[in-house]
Amino acid sequence: MADEKKFAGYICTGCGIGERLDAKQLQSVMTREGKIANCKQHEMLCSAEGVKLIRDDIDAGNATHIVIAACSRRAKVEAFSFTDVAMSRANLREGVIWLRPEGDEHQETTQEMADDYIRMACAEVKFLKVPKPSGEQALNKTLLVVGGGVTGMTSALEAAKAGYPVHLAAEEGRLGGVWADLYKRVPFRAAALGVPNGRDVDLPQPEDPGIDAMIAEIEASPLITVHLNAKITRTSGAPGRFAADISTESGGTVTENFGAIVQATDFKPYDANQLPEFAYGKTPDVVTNFELEKLAKAANGGPLKRPSDGKEVKSVAFIQCAGQRSTKPGHLPYCSGFCCTESIKQAMYFKAQNPGCDTTVLFDDLRTPGAAGEDFYRSGQQAMVTFTKGKASEVVSAGGSLKVKFKDLILNEDTEMEADLVVLATGQVPHVGPDPYAQLAVDMAETEEEKAAARKKLEVAPPSILNLDYRQGTDLPQLKHGFVDSHFICFPYETRRTGIYAAGPVRRPMDMKQAIEDAVGATMKAIQAAENAARGSGAHPRVGDLSYPSFRKEGCTQCKRCTVECPFGAINEDEQRYPQFNESRCRRCGTCMGACPVRVISFENYSIDTVGQQIKAVDMPDEFSEKPRILALACENDAYPALDMAAMAGERLSPFARVVPVRCLGSVSLSWITDALNSGYDGIVLMGCRRDDDYQCHFVRGSAMAAERLSKVGDTLQQLNLEVERVQVFEVAITDIKRAAQLINDMAATVEKIGMSPFKF
Amino acid sequence: MSTNQAMVEKYRNNFLKEVEANVEEGEWVKMCMQCGVCSGSCPLGKFWDHPPQEIFMMIRAGKRDEVLTSSSMWMCTSCYNCIVRCPRELPITHIMHGLAHYAKRLGLVPQNQPTAKFAQLFWDNLMKKGRVNELKLGMALYFMNGFGEGVKVAMKNQKLGMNMMKTGRMNPMEILGGHAVKDLGGFHKVMKKAQELEDARIAKHGA
Ligand code: SF4
Ligand code: SF4
Ligand code: SF4
Repeated sequence: MADEKKFAGYICTGCGIGERLDAKQLQSVMTREGKIANCKQHEMLCSAEGVKLIRDDIDAGNATHIVIAACSRRAKVEAFSFTDVAMSRANLREGVIWLRPEGDEHQETTQEMADDYIRMACAEVKFLKVPKPSGEQALNKTLLVVGGGVTGMTSALEAAKAGYPVHLAAEEGRLGGVWADLYKRVPFRAAALGVPNGRDVDLPQPEDPGIDAMIAEIEASPLITVHLNAKITRTSGAPGRFAADISTESGGTVTENFGAIVQATDFKPYDANQLPEFAYGKTPDVVTNFELEKLAKAANGGPLKRPSDGKEVKSVAFIQCAGQRSTKPGHLPYCSGFCCTESIKQAMYFKAQNPGCDTTVLFDDLRTPGAAGEDFYRSGQQAMVTFTKGKASEVVSAGGSLKVKFKDLILNEDTEMEADLVVLATGQVPHVGPDPYAQLAVDMAETEEEKAAARKKLEVAPPSILNLDYRQGTDLPQLKHGFVDSHFICFPYETRRTGIYAAGPVRRPMDMKQAIEDAVGATMKAIQAAENAARGSGAHPRVGDLSYPSFRKEGCTQCKRCTVECPFGAINEDEQRYPQFNESRCRRCGTCMGACPVRVISFENYSIDTVGQQIKAVDMPDEFSEKPRILALACENDAYPALDMAAMAGERLSPFARVVPVRCLGSVSLSWITDALNSGYDGIVLMGCRRDDDYQCHFVRGSAMAAERLSKVGDTLQQLNLEVERVQVFEVAITDIKRAAQLINDMAATVEKIGMSPFKF
Repeated sequence: MSTNQAMVEKYRNNFLKEVEANVEEGEWVKMCMQCGVCSGSCPLGKFWDHPPQEIFMMIRAGKRDEVLTSSSMWMCTSCYNCIVRCPRELPITHIMHGLAHYAKRLGLVPQNQPTAKFAQLFWDNLMKKGRVNELKLGMALYFMNGFGEGVKVAMKNQKLGMNMMKTGRMNPMEILGGHAVKDLGGFHKVMKKAQELEDARIAKHGA
């Protein structure tokens, strides 16, 4: 009788629940309406004794589906961790008593609120299943690292150190990538501890770049296989079972299987030919910071010679932000973040060789990130490098010397200086494949102009790096300025292709030290992804979730919404053009479920029913009761915790609100909204995360997809002859503690103004 | 050749080096990061031709004459606001005095710069008796800008003078020479030695 469902409910009366609410009444709702006869109360359910009460029922085979009516599902997760049963939780503490004022006049509505949460939890649990692994899992510990620069090498070394075999594929014929030609590197360490700030002794100096040592380490590692002159010509599969074709210039192709992938393709130096104003290309004595490294390496500590006539450089000017931080066409709009310290270092090459060399750095803002940055700046100043706050406008070559025209920004005057050599501090351009959505942008463009612009972008798209055979395109999606997307603060290495992590300057401009740190982080994530895939468990942010989407083939109309909307490109198409879910690529956001117009997609522990039935379970007082019902669907990552925190902070919530957490606003099915309106809800508040460029959505595009889908809700409302104000979508951050509650209260006020819904049956 | 010309010759278009070698705490100038906090902190900043940040920039830009003939560093009241706030911990106040002193040595102080004049009066007064003669210093100060002006200022400050006399802070008899420190000869010896040391230091760096 393994399949027989045995329901059990547990009501906690601790934390003030028992004092504020009528527990007998709750129990009666659970047994009579929720139809859970096996219902127990405990005065502190999260205590060892309380937990044992539940555990014993489960172990005795008396409970396969349980309801815990206590605190928020976000609280006491360790105590209430019963992974072998289906569980729903009624949020009586944060969700009801902490959000409601005490006092007799509030008692009735507060109790009704609690009763409803019991009904909802009972309804939900009936449709929950215990997730079982799909059997699709495999453990493959081998990682693929794409990119032979410092980032890629670090990633490979870190993986090997952790015992994970690596294939390192480099496009070039040698390791080192863009960093291979460095003469020295910006120091990694700040001034020694205990050196008083003001005395400026023992400041960090340029140091050995360490590339050769890294290469030697790689060559010595038995776990690392290096492929030089290599391209990835095809990548298929999913975390745990990626297959990649690695083709080398000589024509050979090997196919290897991988658990996870790190893309560490670094950057390409900016093309300075776009800077004619600085005479680049007109005279060989104007060089980029990348070219200067080669000159310095050739000089190897001797005097640096200028390229035109081999004369020793006696004066040099560095122009910071060359072609960067500028909105001019062809310029990079961003700061590459590494070129200030790079110029300090290079200026010190000249000073170290000849202290008399006139060395000027023309900067607007000198930005020196990293622990050593500020110390290194002082180090450069101590070496008598002149730092002039000025903006260069032009370089002219005249009579065997160069004239740099600039505006001195402190003295506010246009002036000029002479130099034997000019170094342009140019930036980093991410070394990425084509944006997978570039083709889609052409298809989706509304006007001809937009189409033309989108097509143009597609034409200049770089060749693919990963050649993914995903339905959604060959490479990692990009966010801004062509960088592979990643959330800078919350989840930096996650891309929208699960199990493929971006490390280093490919995701944002950075210096070598940061790239190394980045590689360590991304490699850790890649290892996790491989291990999670082996367990059938979701990756960030639903790590540990064993459920995965499945679909009822008979109902599917092959509309392809799911394959298009999945933010992670998890869904391919099979030969019969049905969606083909790749479990370990899936992040369990439910966006596909929300997208599916015929509602055939579901998870074992989250489905159209698990939420839909909660919505239906709420007791609906009639139109004349003056007790409206407001449904709030709140993202479990941000809005729901914000409401929990509002409760802790003593905010107040309308007693007419019923809050249901959803995995992502992207998982919201329009059917929930229509059903709710049809069954008499007076207002609906949808709370998801911030979307688009500055997104906070844990599923990157889920919230944006939802917004698009929900933009059509107005039609539904009009069809029903209801006011459009009754459904509202908001972006709520986890820090919006006051606001989250306020938005719901505002809806209550709106309902009071426009009146109750006439659909109460 | 004047000292000034000698210095111009010696440091040919590297004013920063000249400052490093000759100005008290001058080696700090290169460490300024141009944040402007000092200029923003100076209570008198708005009366200056060039607030400290600008002075440091001008030194690096080799604007020798403009810096040394500027009245800016003479405006510093030693309130130390800038020093306290400078994130780079530059001894700005000291550098200002150092610059003023160097300009004085080179004979580049702007004519009629009141602070410079007062400094000279104070110095001369102090040197005579080894202590400051308040009465004489006050008088000299009043008449700094001519006799008529002096009388006016003196009249205006009459009450203050009376009070100082009453409380014994000022003795009218001091006008007759005034009393000296105990060992005036010794004092002069000390000063002479100091001058010698200073000259030796200058000789080492300068002309
Ligand atoms: S749950 Fe999210 S990640 Fe998984 S297949 Fe559906 S849309 Fe894609
Ligand atoms: S959205 Fe639903 S109906 Fe459309 S293809 Fe996917 S599963 Fe089929
Ligand atoms: S506060 Fe210090 S660092 Fe900033 S401008 Fe003034 S002297 Fe320079």
